[in-house]
Amino acid sequence: MDHNFALYKTMLLIRRFEERLLSEFSTGKLVGTTHAYIGQEADAAGIFSVTEPEDVVFSNHRCHGHFLAYGGEPYRLAAELMGRATGLVGGRGGSQHIHWRNFYSNGIQGGIVPVATGMALAEKVRATGKITLVFIGDGTLGEGALYESLNIAALWKLHILFVLEDNRHAQTTPVEKGVAGSMSGRFAAFGIPVWERDTTDVLDIRSAADETVRAVRSGAGPASLILHTYRFSAHSKGDDPRSPEELVRIRQFDPLTVHGARLTAEECTKAESEVDAVINDAFVRADADPFPVLGNQVRR
Amino acid sequence: MPTVLDRLNLALHYAMETDERVTMLGEDILDPYGGAFKVTRGLSTKFPKRVLTTPISEAAIVGVANGMALRGLRPVVEIMFGDFVTLIADQLVNHSSKFRWMYNDQVRVPVVVRTPMGGRRGYGPTHSQSLEKLFLGVPGLKVVAPNALGDPAELLAAAIADDDPVLFVEHKLLYARPLLEPGKGDLIDFQVEQTGGAYPAFTLRPADSARLTIACYGYNFELARAAALDLLMEHEIFVEIVLFSQLSPFDLAPLFSSLVRTRKLLTVEEGTLSLGWGAEVAARAVERMDGLRVRRVAALDLPVANAKSLEDAILPSVQDIVNAALSLVS
Ligand SMILES: Cc1ncc(C[n+]2csc(CCOP(=O)(O)OP(=O)(O)O)c2C)c(N)n1
Ligand SMILES: [Mg+2]
Repeated sequence: MDHNFALYKTMLLIRRFEERLLSEFSTGKLVGTTHAYIGQEADAAGIFSVTEPEDVVFSNHRCHGHFLAYGGEPYRLAAELMGRATGLVGGRGGSQHIHWRNFYSNGIQGGIVPVATGMALAEKVRATGKITLVFIGDGTLGEGALYESLNIAALWKLHILFVLEDNRHAQTTPVEKGVAGSMSGRFAAFGIPVWERDTTDVLDIRSAADETVRAVRSGAGPASLILHTYRFSAHSKGDDPRSPEELVRIRQFDPLTVHGARLTAEECTKAESEVDAVINDAFVRADADPFPVLGNQVRR
Repeated sequence: MPTVLDRLNLALHYAMETDERVTMLGEDILDPYGGAFKVTRGLSTKFPKRVLTTPISEAAIVGVANGMALRGLRPVVEIMFGDFVTLIADQLVNHSSKFRWMYNDQVRVPVVVRTPMGGRRGYGPTHSQSLEKLFLGVPGLKVVAPNALGDPAELLAAAIADDDPVLFVEHKLLYARPLLEPGKGDLIDFQVEQTGGAYPAFTLRPADSARLTIACYGYNFELARAAALDLLMEHEIFVEIVLFSQLSPFDLAPLFSSLVRTRKLLTVEEGTLSLGWGAEVAARAVERMDGLRVRRVAALDLPVANAKSLEDAILPSVQDIVNAALSLVS
């Protein structure tokens, strides 16, 4: 019951954070773009419920959910997104480029995978016992650097978990137009074991993640976790060619509904009010923070 | 005298001996082969665990090095031919050079990417280029090139000790060159001044007052010296030479000091002329000093041909430098 509540609360935190973020765009408090994790919350909540706090994570453009499930502070993330000096990276990175403790993200598809592979190599050389996780989407299966990295990770038996979140779309491109052949076959071809789930049930994801994380931690080599899921929001802001019917249909897979059914009404209400307080505090505090200045760099 | 190759190899041995975080990665770098140009020779025998031969995956190797550097190691990557830097561009431009600043100075990326550049060996269009100009002016990335005057070992050691990413460009023709000694050979008439810092610049000042300044780096210093001798012997023109080790970020103070004396600038490089190193050097010099006269000598805007007659015609020659110098002082 306790971890059911905790998992629900993590997913709700991500959901409400992203909703608040999208609404803040209309108030002009945010600039640039963002990639909401709404619909995919069970992936991050499930995975980070079975990792160790010191594990190394490289995330992609859709990183807020990963970051919050990793244990990152909503206030520091909100401040970063609002371009404040108190943000995770002082306003230099924004939505896609954050770093805190052993969590890193970058907005270049594919390029982060070799970097994470090198991190796993460093942890192995230094015998820290930490594993490395790297997150990619279905669209990123198109990038060549991924396959170079799979080859190297397998050759060198690195302790890395490749998490593929297949939300069936890459920006506006449906997976049928972007990915040929088999997803699992891609990993299998390099001898990398695959755990694959088509679910938004956080408990299923948690148990699959638990097995993969154990496998990687055992030192046998890399593993992959393929999670077929749904993104409910637009890719970033407004770029969504899906039909209204489709958007309604996929809501039946809402991870909050699926897992919420295991909680009492009081528990759900409790989670709501706790999360609301955290998010409100994060955004209100961040909004009062100063904007960064460039320091002493001068034009020649 | 030891050769440039000897010194580079020694620096790698020394770095691996003294710092166990230093790790080599590259294609075919294991003994007995020891790398396509033998720069890594002996390392894998002495440090088998820290010399990693990789698949032919340039992008991933540099990516892996970035990750290693972010997590506490000091990787040194060899890219077999400089022409292949196109494949690592994403890692250098969007990863290596970005992390420190983008993460608000909370991380360091001590990566060195070494690569042989340049032509004059008949390797043809895709194995003879000088592509370093593509990486000049990338904030957060240093571009450094050894030469036969400064000690390449010290330069490479400085790059490995650097907390920021360094693209280390080694001209292929330098490898077999013995190091030069100031006061000897064709350096006899030059007084050599050296700037401080990790990647020094050298100013060669002749006995008499010079009428122009040649700015160059790497192997082209050899051509510049030959041209300077010719100008002196055949035309009684003294030149100053400013030889850079650090190409980017641009730090041209020693050049400006020389130009105050000569007011004429000739840049020499082996990359193609358009948008090259010399273009930026010249622009900065002209912005700073009114009335400066400038010429650039570089490769023709063509691929580097295989046939020697064509390659020689495409790449800059000693005679090209002499001609440009004469037109500058006329
Ligand atoms: C190298 C590169 N190419 C293109 C983009 C632009 N882009 C950002 S996200 C994205 C779609 C990624 O799709 P997917 O990997 O499925 O992840 P998802 O957005 O669905 O989470 C694209 C094309 C990019 N950031 N980097
Ligand atoms: Mg996708």
